Amino acid sequence: MINLTPQLKTQQLTDPMQPEPFRVKRVMKESYDTFTLEMEPVNSERLFTFAPGQFNMLYIFGVGEIPISISGDPNQPAMLVHTTRIVGAVTKAMSKLKAGDVLGVRGPFGTGWPVSAAKGCDVVLVAGGIGLAPLRPVLYQMLAHRDRYGKVVLLYGCRSPEDILFRKELEKWRARFDLEIFVTVDYGDSDWHGNVGVVTKLIPKAPFDALNAVTMVCGPEVMMRFTAIELQKRGVQGDAIALSMERNMKCAIGLCGHCQFGPTFICKDGPVFTYPQLQSWLAQWEI
Amino acid sequence: MKTLDELLHEHEFFKGFKPEHLELMAGCATNVIFEAGEYIFREGENADVFYVIRHGHVTLEIHDPRRGPIAIDTLQENDVLGWSWLFAPYQWHFDAKAVKLTRAVAMDGKCLRTKCENDHTLGYLMMQRFATVLADRLQQTRLQVLKLYD
Ligand SMILES: Cc1cc2nc3c(=O)[nH]c(=O)nc-3n(C[C@H](O)[C@H](O)[C@H](O)COP(=O)(O)OP(=O)(O)OC[C@H]3O[C@@H](n4cnc5c(N)ncnc54)[C@H](O)[C@@H]3O)c2cc1C
Ligand code: FES
Repeated sequence: MINLTPQLKTQQLTDPMQPEPFRVKRVMKESYDTFTLEMEPVNSERLFTFAPGQFNMLYIFGVGEIPISISGDPNQPAMLVHTTRIVGAVTKAMSKLKAGDVLGVRGPFGTGWPVSAAKGCDVVLVAGGIGLAPLRPVLYQMLAHRDRYGKVVLLYGCRSPEDILFRKELEKWRARFDLEIFVTVDYGDSDWHGNVGVVTKLIPKAPFDALNAVTMVCGPEVMMRFTAIELQKRGVQGDAIALSMERNMKCAIGLCGHCQFGPTFICKDGPVFTYPQLQSWLAQWEI
Repeated sequence: MKTLDELLHEHEFFKGFKPEHLELMAGCATNVIFEAGEYIFREGENADVFYVIRHGHVTLEIHDPRRGPIAIDTLQENDVLGWSWLFAPYQWHFDAKAVKLTRAVAMDGKCLRTKCENDHTLGYLMMQRFATVLADRLQQTRLQVLKLYD
């Protein structure tokens, strides 16, 4: 039995309520509604160490502050990277930032993906839509220490071929012999020769040993619910399934109660949880 | 070279079928190959067959006059293609195109329907298997229309 719970630790911060100014170095358009910002601290030589799965509170001055997962390489702490999908006021304002602009950063917060617990196991990452961004650091980490893991499999689903994030990187990874990358879209046009159908459809045939696999799932809640069910059908134990949850946040340090989900605070106890920790709450309304 | 009932026996869909049933069904089977880009069937054509995919990659498409072909599902090794042969009016609802070279066993629907009528145990087994395939596809379609990733 693989138990992920002890691996999920929160990193402590010295002044977690004080945003630190970061300057945008580069803006990359990932798709029509998603972009990546690369940033560096304005005032210091600080290296931004983080665990894959952790998030920051990003403050767009005069607009608002929102939680966004770190999507960069944990082995490149000189550059802070975030990938964001435009859904409302703050993300829209963030999408207008250009190289040289400054924003506030608090973090990193929360628990990380169970990367150490996965040593010696097959690793299956299941991502839906923007959910690939918080999982990308796991792939970087595993590629940096590839010999520590069994098979590494990414199952990624999105709406259409235009929605595929990190396309060039996925193509590069797909060409490797030590990674298994499967992408599926809900609808494809005549140029699309890959899989069509929801991401859960990839699970029964994906090449991994269900009894010795650690799985990490990130995407909208409904997608994660059905993915967990499908993984269990395949034989994966519930406590070998880790999920990353989202809720509106304010303080991000377990003080304000904004992100409460059942008996837990997503910001402090999560965002990464094991499936058994969430299972009874996931299908309930208005939680 | 493998016999048709051996090929059927190896396929996920027929797991657990008795040898005598596989032998009966092999009487309705032929080996087929589709080249990449070849249409296996088109919407509205008679559905008098279904395919047991051995290797390859097939897309199910709907043709939209404005947007051209839209792929709505893909099928691969160990999948079955087509259930319209089971129900009147026995017509295909979509286009099916081989994306890669695809090898399959084609099962003659009329021949199978007669065998299922004559042997209700076989008929029940076939209905059970197809019901599972249909339930899986229905579930996936529900998730697809949910816009799962939004
Ligand atoms: C721990 C954590 C990590 C996150 N990581 C990322 C990330 O890496 N990249 C990223 O793009 N987003 C991420 N999010 C979600 C992000 O925080 C929200 O999309 C953001 O707060 C929306 O702010 P807004 O002002 O632009 O939109 P709002 O004005 O708050 O919302 C606009 C509309 O979008 C809807 N909406 C809000 N949040 C979401 C959401 N998460 N998904 C879908 N619809 C939503 C609202 O219901 C509303 O209808 C994360 C959230 C959490 C809690
Ligand atoms: S955001 Fe304040 S308790 Fe979680």
